[in-house]
Amino acid sequence: MLNPQLTPDGKLRHLLSTEGLPRAILNQILDTAESFVGVAEREVKKVPLLRGKTVCNIFFENSTRTRTTFEIAAKRLSADVINLNVNTSSQSKGETILDTIDNLTAMHADMFVIRHAQSGAAHLIAQHVAPHIHVINAGDGRHAHPTQGLLDVFTIRRYKPDMHNLRVALVGDVLHSRVARSEIHALTTLGVPEVRVIAPKTLLPQHVEKLGVQVYHDMREGLKDVDVIMMLRLQNERMSGALLPSAQEYFKCYGLTPEKLALAKPDAIVMHPGPMNRGVEIDSAVADGKQSVILPQVTYGIAVRMAVMSMLAGNSA
Amino acid sequence: MKILIKNGRLIDPKNNIDTTQDIYIAAGKIVGIGSGPAGFEATQTLDASGLLVLPGLVDLSARLREPGFEHKATLESEMQAAVAGGVTSLACPPDTDPVLDEPGLVEMLKHKAKQLHLAHVYPLGAITRQLQGKQLTEMSELTEAGCVGFSQADVAITDTQVLWRAMQYAATFGYTIWLRPEEPYLASGGTAHDGEVASRLGLKGIPAAAETLAIASILTIARETGASIHLCRLSTAEGVEMVRAAKQQGLPVTCDVSINHLHLTEHDIGYFDPNCHLRPPLRGQRDRDALSQGVIDGTIDAICSDHTPVDDDAKLQPFGEAEAGATGLELLLPLVCKWADEQNIPLPQALAAVTTKAAAILDIPAGELSLHADADLCLLDPAQEWKVEASVLQSQGKNTPFLGLHLRGKVRYTLVNGQLVYQAA
Amino acid sequence: MILPDAEATFEVLLQKLKPLITDNTALVGIHSGGVWLVDRLLPLLGRPVARGTLDISFYRDDFDQRGLRAENKPSQIPFDVQDQHIILVDDVFHTGRTIRAAMNELFDYGRPASISLAVLVDRGGRELPIVPQIVAAEIPLPVSQNLQLLQSEDGRFHFELKDSL
Repeated sequence: MLNPQLTPDGKLRHLLSTEGLPRAILNQILDTAESFVGVAEREVKKVPLLRGKTVCNIFFENSTRTRTTFEIAAKRLSADVINLNVNTSSQSKGETILDTIDNLTAMHADMFVIRHAQSGAAHLIAQHVAPHIHVINAGDGRHAHPTQGLLDVFTIRRYKPDMHNLRVALVGDVLHSRVARSEIHALTTLGVPEVRVIAPKTLLPQHVEKLGVQVYHDMREGLKDVDVIMMLRLQNERMSGALLPSAQEYFKCYGLTPEKLALAKPDAIVMHPGPMNRGVEIDSAVADGKQSVILPQVTYGIAVRMAVMSMLAGNSA
Repeated sequence: MKILIKNGRLIDPKNNIDTTQDIYIAAGKIVGIGSGPAGFEATQTLDASGLLVLPGLVDLSARLREPGFEHKATLESEMQAAVAGGVTSLACPPDTDPVLDEPGLVEMLKHKAKQLHLAHVYPLGAITRQLQGKQLTEMSELTEAGCVGFSQADVAITDTQVLWRAMQYAATFGYTIWLRPEEPYLASGGTAHDGEVASRLGLKGIPAAAETLAIASILTIARETGASIHLCRLSTAEGVEMVRAAKQQGLPVTCDVSINHLHLTEHDIGYFDPNCHLRPPLRGQRDRDALSQGVIDGTIDAICSDHTPVDDDAKLQPFGEAEAGATGLELLLPLVCKWADEQNIPLPQALAAVTTKAAAILDIPAGELSLHADADLCLLDPAQEWKVEASVLQSQGKNTPFLGLHLRGKVRYTLVNGQLVYQAA
Repeated sequence: MILPDAEATFEVLLQKLKPLITDNTALVGIHSGGVWLVDRLLPLLGRPVARGTLDISFYRDDFDQRGLRAENKPSQIPFDVQDQHIILVDDVFHTGRTIRAAMNELFDYGRPASISLAVLVDRGGRELPIVPQIVAAEIPLPVSQNLQLLQSEDGRFHFELKDSL
């Protein structure tokens, strides 16, 4: 089966998932992002690469935060940006997701950034669009959030450049997390030898070990000697019910406290894709502590998204 | 109308026939095999050299979408599809709109189908009114109107007491209860097999236990109530094993599998192909192997198309939101041939699962080439290759996981009640 | 065609540059050849001079045709561009498009007092009204040929001539 993300000659056409992307392409994204980090520190934080191009942020699921980072990234590349929040009501009026895309294509959009509550939505759109249009998945259901996964890996590489000698632990709701899936695929593709997931069984997907990770249920055991701790967000509605009894018990077992952090390597870094639930996944002392790289993650997020957009825009099918 | 079919290879699993013989048809019946009755003069002769002459297929599940879903398919389009696929008798589940829970609706459907002079339609009545799992339907009246069994289609009866009563009531009259075993709470919100692929793609899973748990409940209640049960669309290895054990204990239980599940697994979902969104979900390789084995050893009685035409608007959606189901009437026969070929089992044995054994479950006189039987049959060119494409399908439903696949075996002629109802262009 | 010795040409460049260096001069090399030149030049100028590098990937005018190059390096201008006399350094001067992109990028860092251009070789073929002030060698070449500066592991330069297509 042809990888729907690549052009026939193997260049990145869409970014839908970190899974199945060659290591060379992942490295190219990270290296290019490195160049864009410098751009943000200049007096003029803009480069003319996407001048005259139109980037369309289509959010079928609301997320001001993610949308903003894509918007800044596109604008720093000199693209014009259209933001569209498609609430489900206009969809229930009979317009299908592909109708929406066709409409925007008719307005000469060059790139779509898609956020949707259903896994596979970005793939569907990518299979549908004209050859000159590029699709970036900004999160589809539980499936993937590749730019977030890449910015996390970028952050890791900045602090721990030797990827071949790392132990990374993902803690929390892997089951519902598109970020976790994207991180796992990116890390394993880039040759990180040990990726651990730490969670209760209710928050792990079936056969999670087939993604190439080691499974731990005991956080103290799982954090031992790790270099990187990635905390995952726990959605409010999942804190009490059949998945978990309460936020308190979750924090007791899987919240990252200074004591638990001490089990990791002394120079371990702590990450979180945001927004954080302080006192549920992470203790404030850790979130604001000196091992936390949560704010740099946000900064690098823009550089990584600029890198992805500029690579895609230059690769037509 | 007297028809002579010459030089074809006759395969009739029911009578264990696999030989080159002529077949004589008059007044809607088979009047001679090998030799015709004295003075038989054919008004039409079909040269079946190189063709297989088969009993018309009996499909245990084909949704015709009428009444209520005419934008997906119409009775006429789907009945055309049936005969184009060599299917001459089909059972349709009651999940129309309105639901087949009243005798008048069943009579209307039978009447409309009959007017088309294509395949025979055998409706399954709803077990509960509007499939709501609360109040029983008038099973006796529905039977008189033409229902051959009672089904909940894809809707579970969550209240086990209602399920118990339904089986008791059906057992009173000797009606068969058709259930697709799926425990609704475990399956809730799921769109794919709860396995490796769903985990990778981030799709909500339906665990195999949803099927086995339901089978366990159904079999337990069946044992207590003495009801005859037909389990629809088995999908798991464990499910097959449970049915095998129940049959060994002598429970009156039969079951079927969809042809899709004999060919495909969760891996065929690929990059979220909504055509592979089926119910039950496509499962693992081990399950597929066990299903095949189940058909081969007879644990699974019948193979059906599970024909479910879906319109593009409903299908071209993200995987989880895409409506489940695939068109199948025109693919059933070639896919059964392909399956037999791949499993290396004799074609007549495979064909039994779509003819005589399926007819036995419906308790209808069909799926055989016996002398004096109704002349429902199809002539298949087993060597003809064709590509599955929207443009070649008669069905209004164009979505199937097999789109683009090259299949071998195309129906050339179909006869129902001795009338030529389909002839390939 | 006989190419001049690259090391000798470099020496010419060095000598021509020396008198132009003032307190406010910065040398900015354009990746990759220009950066090699700057790094060899700096210790030979006899006084501290600010160093910068530019990768013009994000400013190329042929992005729509050729896309983003697989290899790009961060630009580094670690000094305040404002009121600085900047000497752009590149290996081979051809169409002038690279220099235009470099100047555009430079202005995104601030407003320099002046920009001049020093190149090892002017091979002719300019397509823009841009002229280098300092040229170590002039080697007119047909469009079909491509002159490249290479650096061996010991840091020494040599030229390579290739057919473009």
